[in-house]
Order: sequence, then C-alpha cells, then structure tokens
Amino acid sequence: MTAGARHEAPLLKTPFHPRTAVLNQAKQWGRWAGYATVACFTELAHEYFAIRHAATLFDVSPMKKYRISGTDAERYLNRLLTRDVRKLRTDRVAYAVWCNDDGKVLDDGTVFRLGEKEVLLMAQERHLAWLQDSAFGYDATIEDVSEAIAGLALQGPLSCTVLKAMELDGIAQLKPFGIARFDLSGTPLTVSRTGYTGDLGYELWTEPDKALELWDRLMAAGALYRLTPIGSRALDLARIEAGFIQANVDFIAADHSVRMTRQRSPFELGLDWMVDFDKGHFVGRRALLRERETGPRYRLVGLDIEGSKPAAGALVYYGRARQVGLVTSAAWSPTAKRNIALATLQAPFADKTDGLWAEIYVNKELKWEKTAARCRIVTRPFFDPPRRRATPAPDF
Amino acid sequence: MKTHDVIVIGAGHNGLTAAAYLARAGLDVLVLERNPYIGGAAVSRELYPGFTYSNCSYVSSLMRPEIMRDLDLPRYGLQITPFRGGLTMTRDGDYIASYRDRDMHRREIARHSPRDAESYDRYSAAVMRQCRFIRPMLLETPPDPTSLLPRDLRGLWRIGRAFRDLGPAGMYETIRFWTMSMADFLDQYFENDLVKAHFTGSSIIGTGLGPRSPGSAYVMLHHHMGEVDGTIGAWGYARGGMGAISRSLAGALEAAGGAIRTDAPVARVIVRKRRVAGVALEDGEEISARAVVSGMDFRRTVLQAMEPGDLPAGLVKAARNFKIRGSSGKLNIALDGMPTFRGVPADCPALAGDLHVTETIEEFERAYDDWKNGRWSRRPYVDLMIPSLTDPTMTPPGKHYMSIFVQYVPPELADGPWTSEKRDAFGRTVIDMLSEYSPDLKDLILHMEVRTPRELEEEVGLTEGNIFQGELTLDQLMFNRPAPGYAQYRLPVRGMYMCGSSTHPGGGVMGAPGANAAREIIADLRAGKRA
Repeated sequence: MTAGARHEAPLLKTPFHPRTAVLNQAKQWGRWAGYATVACFTELAHEYFAIRHAATLFDVSPMKKYRISGTDAERYLNRLLTRDVRKLRTDRVAYAVWCNDDGKVLDDGTVFRLGEKEVLLMAQERHLAWLQDSAFGYDATIEDVSEAIAGLALQGPLSCTVLKAMELDGIAQLKPFGIARFDLSGTPLTVSRTGYTGDLGYELWTEPDKALELWDRLMAAGALYRLTPIGSRALDLARIEAGFIQANVDFIAADHSVRMTRQRSPFELGLDWMVDFDKGHFVGRRALLRERETGPRYRLVGLDIEGSKPAAGALVYYGRARQVGLVTSAAWSPTAKRNIALATLQAPFADKTDGLWAEIYVNKELKWEKTAARCRIVTRPFFDPPRRRATPAPDF
Repeated sequence: MKTHDVIVIGAGHNGLTAAAYLARAGLDVLVLERNPYIGGAAVSRELYPGFTYSNCSYVSSLMRPEIMRDLDLPRYGLQITPFRGGLTMTRDGDYIASYRDRDMHRREIARHSPRDAESYDRYSAAVMRQCRFIRPMLLETPPDPTSLLPRDLRGLWRIGRAFRDLGPAGMYETIRFWTMSMADFLDQYFENDLVKAHFTGSSIIGTGLGPRSPGSAYVMLHHHMGEVDGTIGAWGYARGGMGAISRSLAGALEAAGGAIRTDAPVARVIVRKRRVAGVALEDGEEISARAVVSGMDFRRTVLQAMEPGDLPAGLVKAARNFKIRGSSGKLNIALDGMPTFRGVPADCPALAGDLHVTETIEEFERAYDDWKNGRWSRRPYVDLMIPSLTDPTMTPPGKHYMSIFVQYVPPELADGPWTSEKRDAFGRTVIDMLSEYSPDLKDLILHMEVRTPRELEEEVGLTEGNIFQGELTLDQLMFNRPAPGYAQYRLPVRGMYMCGSSTHPGGGVMGAPGANAAREIIADLRAGKRA
C-alpha cells in the first residue's frame, strides 16, 4: 500500500494484479481484506474443474499474516490457541482456532512454525488488537506482515507435477502440512503443502517484488498441464466440497458479533478435535470445560440434500413445522455428484438420522417454488481424494 | 370564540411533528410561533444574499424514518443526502479521516495505528450493540418502573427482554456503557491519541461534560443511534438546509388541515378549574383550546408559560433544578470560494463531512476546563462542515457555506454576561484557531454570523442555549426525563402536555418527542378523560 492511495483507491492491488487484471476476461472482481480479488476469470465451471482435474493458481496475498516472534512465542501461542502448539515442529503447519475468555471462536487459521521462536499465523479476519493484547506478560512480538508476503495457492491433482516442472527439488517428498524452502533467483521461496480446496495442493510464499516472477515461472511450468488461474467463486465451491468452514460465513467471529448470542464455541462448530484440555491453560478453557459438561447448544454439520437445487440460506426443519437450523454454505458438488451444504443445527437435532428438511426456494422464470428437500447428516469432507494425503505426491 | 382541539407552542421540529400527527388524527390544531419564521432550531435562513444558512442544527441523522414515512415528508420537500466521511486535522499538517468505505477507513486508521485499525471492528460492534438496544425505545413512551399499569408493565417487559437478549457479556457491557466516560470507553479499544480524539467529538457535542466525565459515552451513542436510509450512525444534509425538515413538517401539517401562526408569542397558558383553557399571547389575545402542548423546554414551560400556583411545588422545584447548561456556540459563514486545508488533498471526500482540529482527549478536557471557569475555550472543539460541497442549493455557484459548531461556550461568562463585543471576540478566537489549518479562510469570508448561548436563548428560545433542551445524562433520561413521574409527556394539569427535546428520548432533530407526545394526546382526547 502506498500513502498516495489513501482516498483515491478504495481497493488495493495485490502484487499479482498486473497479471490477474490482464487475464480477468469476465471482469468479475470481489473484495477481500481491502484488496481487489478476481471472483471469476473466465467461467466458473472451467475454473472449478481445473481444481479437480488439473492445476490452478489463486492469489492468496490478501490473507492476514501475523508474525509472532520472541522467546515466549510458543508459550504465547499455546495459551492463545486451543491446540497444543508444543507438538508443532519447525517447518510444519497446523490448522487452529482461537477463542475469547467465554470460549467463543474469534477465528480459525493456519499456524506456520518457521522456527523455535518464530511462527506465522494466517487468518481471514483481522486480529492484531487481540493478538497484541494477549501478548501482555509474554516476550512475544506480534507484527502484521500481510503486505510483506505475496502468496499463491497452487491446487489440483497436477500441482506437484507443475512444481516438478519448475524444478523444485524434492517437492514430491513434502508431506501434507509440511514446509519446504527454495530459492527464487536469490530470494527465499517458501512452499507449504496446504490449501483450501481439500485436494493435493501447495501454497507458495515470497516477497512482493518477486511476485510476478513467481507467477510467470509457474505459468510457464504449468503450460503443458493446463494450469489455470481461478477466482474466488471456484475456490468457494471447492472449499465447500472439502467441508471447510469460513469465518463470517459459517460462523460469526466472536469479536465482530453485534448480537453476542450468535457467537459459537469450537464444539458448536464441530471442531472438538482441536480442543486439547490436557495441554494446560489456554484462553477459553474454563468455559469450554463447562460446555463439555453441559453440551453445546448448536452443532455445525454437513448435509446431503435430495435434489439438485443448492440450499444456500435455507431454513432447516425437523418434521413439518419445527425450525431447527440454518444452511450457511451450499452447492451442488460437481465432483461428489451430491447436493451438499454446511448447516448449523440446534444440538438435539444434530444426531437425527431422519426427519430433517431444508426449505428451498427456486425461481422458475419468475415463479418461486418452495420445496421441502430431505436432508441427511453426513460426515465431512464431502470429497476426499487419497492424493490429498499421499506422499510422495502422485503425478496425476 | 373558537376553541381549538390543541394548541402547540412553538413551531420547532418537535412542535410541528406533534401538530402534524394531531392534525392527521382529525384534530383542529393551531401552532403558535413567536418568531416571524418557523423551524425553531431546525431552520434555514438567508442572512446574506444568495446564501442559505442552517443557523442552528446543521446535520441530520436522528430524524426518525418512521416519522418521515408516516407524515409523507418527502412529498413536502424532505431529502437527506448522506455525506462521505470526516476528518481531524493536526498541527503538523497531517490528518485522520473517516470514510464510508470500510477498507479505506481502516487503512486510514492504520496510518496512525495498525493495532487500532484492527480494533475498530470491535469498537463498532460494541457501539452497534448499544444502538440496537436503544433504538426500539425511541418511539416508545418511557414506561414508568414504579407503575403497575399494563402499558408500563408491557414496556418494561420489552426493555427487560431486549436487555436479556444482549447475553451475559452484553448485559455487563451495557450497564457499564450507560454510566462510563467516553475516554474510558475508547481506552478499551484504542491506544493512539489521535484515533481516540477523532472518535471523541460526538461524546461532548452540546453537553456540559468532558470526555472524561461519566455519562459522556452515552452522549456519543445519542449521536450514533440515528441513520440515513438504514445506515445506522450515518449523518446527512437536508437539501436546502435544516429548515427543509421544518418546512416539510409544516407542509404535512397544513395538508392535514392544521394551521401555523408566526409572530405569535405565547405569554402564558390559561388554566381554569385545574384544566387547560387555552393560551394568552403577549399582546393580550386569548386563544381557547382543549389541550395545550409545549414544544419549549421543561424550564420555560413550567417556569415561564405556567403559573407556579397551578402546579405542585415539587414539580416546580424539579424544573428549576433541571440540568440545562449551555455549552455551545455557532458560526455561520458565507465564503467567496472553497478554502484550502493544510495537508488535506482538495479532492479528499472526507472534506464534505465533519472537520475537526482537536488532537487529543487532553485538549478536549482543557477546552472543557475553560467552560467550567466561565470562559469560552481558548482552543475550542469545532464541528466544522461545508454543506455546499454536497448541496448545490445552499450558495451561488463557486461560493460556499461553512457551518462551525463550537464547544465549549458558557451561557454566562466569569466577568459578567455576554455582550456583542465579547461575542465578536469569541468569533475571532475560532477563526484565528482555524486559520492555523486553513490560511486562506479569513480572506474568503463574505459574511459571518456568530451565535453564543445568549443568541441561541434569545432567538431560538433555548434556555442557556442548551441545544438538547436539557442535559443527556442518565439522571435525566428515559423515565426520569424531564423529571421523575412526568416522563409520559403530561403535566399535572388536565390538558397540558410537553413535546420538546426536554422529553424522552431527548435532543437532536429527531421528532420522536413530538410523535410520542402526539400519541399520548390523541389517546387522552379519544378516551375523553382529559378533554
């Protein structure tokens, strides 16, 4: 960001903008953390299928990135997060959530352990104030380094093939959630085997002034493998198939909620496995211990809904009249060939094997039809290819 | 002699709102205004050829959309245009701006404090929580917590339910919020002095409080609970100045068969056999009515328009003790062109909003100290606007109108009452200070109107020049506004009512007191119990 852009430009340009702007034939832009991001370059189906059958590039530079350093970095994070950070070794990544004192989720994100005393926390929402306030009493420095790191997500079954074509030695041996370091004509290039698609994939991180070089080399390496730039709409479809939740879509970040009763605990978001009561004190522990006794009020579940009409925003009923929840994300899954959704249900109804219905409205040429579609609670992810976890990563 | 159903004293926005609702209910309504023009403190006047001034109130947010809709005000010329931001300038030539675009706004805060920029979402969620709590109460008659009447119990139950819906953390927060100072509230979210100062102004506008005084956080909320077209907290300009609001209300009133008489100052309310019989004008003319509703403040209504002997002594005492301290002044300036501001780009959209020069909470407090000591602030807080950047009807093309609200200005000075010389010296203090930020301002001035609390009291009839018709402190809000037991718009003389900003929900060009009072009067007249 430059000071001159203060009021002239509501949306900033990412380091990849010179490339993405030219390729954005559909001229569909969205906004993400103050940046103009491509919603769709060409057409949704083309971009989506490239995720599942070839390889794709998505600009993740607007992601908020906080660098946490100092002798207490690990202790600090172990108190901040519900997971046990001590188990996270250097050059490994972990998915994590963090809560306020009441055990309500502030956000979810990924933790990149770069060293003994250096960690990178990445999230969709902004948390500098909370992270800095939480550092009181710790030797831990929290900096917002979002603008200092340009990022590209390379996702899809051919993503490793593309990186091999780019001659990143040993990349096939990188395990899921692993970090490897390479050189990009003299500048460090960090590659993590992470992503938001639930597929084989990597994220590549470098300095902003090397962004275009990285883009060009990837596109050159991927030319033979149908490497396709994608926008946020295709990615959103893939992340729903992967069953990933999104802050302020599937839950409200606790410190942004005006209605405090909308805040959700990790249990209510189906993230029980992320809460480690054995690691000692962490923020929200007492409240979550209580909740473990009393049980959560809500449960976030995956739904398989009959028919083919996406149930976005649908109310979920138990029986004919009892309203028990809300669909927060929904899509027809072209890969799973199912009508899938993420929904928050009142806890007692999250175990029902029968009797759940989604109320779906369909506009049939200016005539709205309301249908009650039978829902079945299913485990997530909705699509989970073995290649996602295979090491060495397969070529196809 | 003809007997009107209702006489409304004062053609301010609340009097007109009450009158319009009453007329639409089929009542014979007469509004009496002492000035030769209507509007009270929501007025547009041409004091210099070709220039329209919003002499008193100058921006709109609080006017309830339900009233605009009920009274069909757009049909009578009402249009509110939101403005795009605001900024606080610093002595070293920098500034901090607010923008409607949230990303621009956040980046602008981040220039001064990256941490505070990311705390802003927490701050605005907390303010919005309080807005959501209070907004449903604005167009409700405050329920009396000591009453067992069904309507009071229903009202209390609604408030109780809204309170419970805040959740445990929200309940704690709300109790603290209503009693805390703005400085303490801001400290919970921000660390940067300039960021805090930028958000402080609305907590002290029009009030005899400093940002460190308990209760100032609520005054901020009072300035944020309005809206423009559903955007809560947004402010805008009435096309044609604030008088356009009053004119549209008058249009609605007259269309419903009501009448307004200007140059008709009411001397007193006539009470016969413990009920209202009408009013007497200053020239001796008597006008009969079944009910009288006063748009004047509580003090004037009880102590000037009514005979103490017609009222309980405790109520008279409460009116004498009613906190209605004046604390503000106003400059209205016709400019030969657009002034420049050091360090602010000429195309910055925030220039079309509210401009300030107070950089720290400390400076606010020092300005407040001057007021306590009976002086106008040597470095006052200003809420400076240039409405002509948004509204082309305010000035000839290329010229501009500048409205400067000034805080703090005492109603009486330590060295005696206001004089015209002191008033002009006060105006010079403001212009000299602003010239540090806008070197060409002085040269552009074609005409300037300076108003101290003296002028606001004499011309508009606001006691001590208090723009809210009484302080907005918790001891004078809700069921205690204007006084315990008298919050439901009635005075204890049959047929006598109040509808001014002294009543719930208080000041600002809101119309809610007028609409609420009208509802009570209509109910009484229909029930016949007070007629």
